[in-house]
Amino acid sequence: MFEYAPAPESRSVVDIKPSYGLFIDGEFVDPTDGGTFKSVNPASEEVLAEVAEGGAGDVDRAVRAARAAYEKVWGPMPGRDRAKYLFRIARIIQERSRELAVLESLDNGKPIKESRDVDVPLVAAHFFYYAGWADKLPYAGFGPDPKPLGVAAQVIPWNFPLLMLAWKIAPALAAGNTVVLKPAETTPLTALLFAEICQQADLPAGVVNIVTGAGDTGRALVEHPGVDKVAFTGSTEVGKAIARAVAGTRKKVTLELGGKAANIVFDDAPVDQAVEGIVNGIFFNQGHVCCAGSRLLIQESVADRVLESLKRRMAQLRVGDPLDKNTDIGAINSAAQLARIKELSDAGSAEGAERWSPPCELPDRGFWFAPTIFTGVTQAHRIAREEIFGPVLSVLTFRTPAEAVEKANNTPYGLSAGIWTDKGSRILWMADRLRAGVVWANTFNKFDPTSPFGGYKESGYGREGGRHGLEGYLNV
Amino acid sequence: MSERVAVRKTYKLFIGGKFPRSESGRSYIVQDANVALSSRKDARDAVVAARAAVKGWAGATAYNRGQILYRVAEMLEGRREQFAALGVPGDEVDAAIDRWVWYAGWSDKLPQVYGGANPVAGPYFNLSAPEPTGVVAVVAPESPALLGLVSVIAPAIVTGNTVVAAASPSAPLAAVTLAEVLATSDLPGGVVNILTGRLAETVPTLASHMDVNAIDLTGVADADLAADLEVKAAENLKRVLRPAPADHDWSADPGITRMTTLLETKTVWHPKGV
Amino acid sequence: MTATATSARSDLSELGRSETALRTFLHGLPGVDQVGAEQRAAQLGTRSIKTTAKAQAIDLAIRMVDLTTLEGADTPGKVRALAAKALRPDPADPSCPHVGAVCVYPSMVPHVAEVLRGSGVHLASVATAFPSGQAPLEVKLADTRAAVEAGADEIDMVINRGAFLAGRYKEVYDEIVATKEACGDAHLKVILETGELATYDNVRRASWLAMLAGGDFVKTSTGKVPVAATPPVTLVMLEAVRDFRAATGRQVGVKPAGGIRTSKDAIKYLVMVNETVGPDWLDPDWFRFGASTLLNDLLMQRTKLKTGVYSGPDYFTLD
Repeated sequence: MFEYAPAPESRSVVDIKPSYGLFIDGEFVDPTDGGTFKSVNPASEEVLAEVAEGGAGDVDRAVRAARAAYEKVWGPMPGRDRAKYLFRIARIIQERSRELAVLESLDNGKPIKESRDVDVPLVAAHFFYYAGWADKLPYAGFGPDPKPLGVAAQVIPWNFPLLMLAWKIAPALAAGNTVVLKPAETTPLTALLFAEICQQADLPAGVVNIVTGAGDTGRALVEHPGVDKVAFTGSTEVGKAIARAVAGTRKKVTLELGGKAANIVFDDAPVDQAVEGIVNGIFFNQGHVCCAGSRLLIQESVADRVLESLKRRMAQLRVGDPLDKNTDIGAINSAAQLARIKELSDAGSAEGAERWSPPCELPDRGFWFAPTIFTGVTQAHRIAREEIFGPVLSVLTFRTPAEAVEKANNTPYGLSAGIWTDKGSRILWMADRLRAGVVWANTFNKFDPTSPFGGYKESGYGREGGRHGLEGYLNV
Repeated sequence: MSERVAVRKTYKLFIGGKFPRSESGRSYIVQDANVALSSRKDARDAVVAARAAVKGWAGATAYNRGQILYRVAEMLEGRREQFAALGVPGDEVDAAIDRWVWYAGWSDKLPQVYGGANPVAGPYFNLSAPEPTGVVAVVAPESPALLGLVSVIAPAIVTGNTVVAAASPSAPLAAVTLAEVLATSDLPGGVVNILTGRLAETVPTLASHMDVNAIDLTGVADADLAADLEVKAAENLKRVLRPAPADHDWSADPGITRMTTLLETKTVWHPKGV
Repeated sequence: MTATATSARSDLSELGRSETALRTFLHGLPGVDQVGAEQRAAQLGTRSIKTTAKAQAIDLAIRMVDLTTLEGADTPGKVRALAAKALRPDPADPSCPHVGAVCVYPSMVPHVAEVLRGSGVHLASVATAFPSGQAPLEVKLADTRAAVEAGADEIDMVINRGAFLAGRYKEVYDEIVATKEACGDAHLKVILETGELATYDNVRRASWLAMLAGGDFVKTSTGKVPVAATPPVTLVMLEAVRDFRAATGRQVGVKPAGGIRTSKDAIKYLVMVNETVGPDWLDPDWFRFGASTLLNDLLMQRTKLKTGVYSGPDYFTLD
């Protein structure tokens, strides 16, 4: 047997402070009417730092700082100069990439190979991409004289903390807005490091404000009358609450919400790559991915063969220490999320689906869930309808392309979909009919700053990424 | 010789390509005519008709949709006197005809302007293209009765959506007459459905209907009602166009936001290899 | 499982009888998506193999080396020195294992055989008009028999790429069958020359063709064309031997050859073997590296692990 020795990435590159304040108007400040909360490492349950919880008064301070910066500095600044600040930020992210990757893995629980090879490079790429737009907005195709909206309230989730920050802040700033961003309460640390990066870049005070906290802080931010724009990534439930909260206001809204994507494998698929795509589709980032391929639809004629290959491949997945460079699946982000995954998985078993996981030893401390598949799932099962947001795959079968489309679309969500077949015309036929904002054909979970991302139906509205990503931050 | 007794017209609803009376059997007197007073059930029937029309209309070629919108302009041109008789000013009819022509031309251009290839950093073909969101409920402005209605229907349907439109309650005759134009323009039944009557009766049903994908609140002048409708729309995350300001200039270039708000962008990835 | 494997085996043995059956079968194999295969290979290359795992991998890699010289300038003296190195790669360290085999031209086989006799190091010879394979079948078979008679217990043959690319699969198949027969007890490694096959679909088909015809190993390359072994090509071949064993019950070995020069590269291949086909193939009987300069880098890394000090080329033999 060829056993890989532990290959841990050193955490000495990161200097975590014992406590963090709010980042308002260019400074770290104590909360005036909030409290504090702890951010823990989900792989060990060790407390990493104490973080300020912003109250309504703190949110108000941040919005005022953003307004002042918008009116006095960032709004009037020529696009070419805004661009230079964004380029500067992109460069600093590249220069401090190791530090950001390690901190992200510590705070979030994701494997270092993903924070290092996926998250952080995409963060830098996003700032580079939007930096270039700052002085070219009239060419973006939305109208001859696009204007910024003003102050953007941005609330982001815990699954890709820094990447979601980049998706929000880069286009907002490029378009000339200022922002108040609230990171998720379980993963605030990289956003706070980003605040230091803003200082290092000499970004004018108030252009970026980071107010940490939980749901109440987010609500205060979204409902603040001084914001002109709300951008949210997270659950469909909260997305609906936000849509209600902004009703009757001038606030422009973009929402990037849940999903229950179908990953459809035809009998002529390139099987080995399809199996990789299935694995990447559901086990990437512990399945904490809104566009995860959580419903596998296999053509009946190859179902047994594909499942056999999938199980063999799953047995190779290495679950454990997120900082080990060979870890494929890290820790579940929080105790609450772990409970949710367990609850839905138990429902899957109770409803009669057949559950399988490869043999794998889970660490004693921290939050862990073995990669799991359910076979014999039908459309009626909860695990085929509800977003699990964990490393749990529901397997269904189909007989014809039309049936695959029907099953794939039979959900209130519409974020993403996958197609695996060697027949080009079938890909295009399927892609036309799938009601999803991103269709990956013979690949899955690919992201790029130039490529728009976002959902149909209850997966939200608006697009992030690409030229389209500017539209939500412009008055055209 | 006695003077000829005129044949009067019954102003009815337009649902699924047909002209039914309100299922409630009610009407109201407006513009010196009895006009159908739509019920919640009429609104639901209109949604069913609009949904049934989505597959064919969204699946029609952009060229075909453009031809049909242009045909609407042709038919409208021939009915100028009819609208004049209803009190619609000539320049408003002109503007309404021109608006159909303007949108007709967008059918096969918007996907090029609004979509495109994305230069991703990897060996992938990556293309974004707009698609219709589905069934759109629209509330036409109180006035101008014809140009306002055309200005909210045309941008929704040109890209492949189907529409349930609530006509101006105070001036619905132009809307019903426009329905007659649409019915003779090769527009498939159900692509446009027009309800007359009170907004408070039909529009909340449309706003909360889970099989409606988007709502255009342009004609909702009451801010509280608009906010309430937007709250209802949140239940299935309808795409929302908020009310137009009272002083909106309907003769100005509409821009593309009315179209793009009612579109989804679909991005397709595929590896490039041998 | 055994029952299905047996029935599958009898099914596949019929395929070689007709061009149509072979074509239908080979073209019915699942396609390979180039981008996906290359990404998977690259991902496997990011595994971090350190300390004890690295030491284990280096010794295994040394045991898997087919120490090769295939030059027109080869002489008895040159190949004897190479064979001596194969037996004792690191004269300063008796704990260092010997390599898997020495690989030479047929005319050099008798000189190597003298050195290796009784050592456990295999003696491989290229044959069948290596590297082009452009000779009449009788000549190729005579080449093979001569090498075996001179003492080779492994034959590395080249397939007829022209016939393969022209779709004359039966011709390629028949040649492999005939060569296998000429090998007698010697193991047959079938060189696909993947650099000339151009697509991964072709690599998968050629691997199956070689296995169906009785090859004991599939090997990537002669080392004589610009593109030799690559991780994704090897990945596709590993998937083929894995699927072939599942279908027939017979295990076939894999040998990437050419272009593998560093320990780091070799370890990446071992990771790929480990995670694609598993421990059954992590053995010199089932996986080999066709290489020459690789060995010295393995030895340098081995010394570094033992002493903690980076070594230099002057401390290792040149042969």
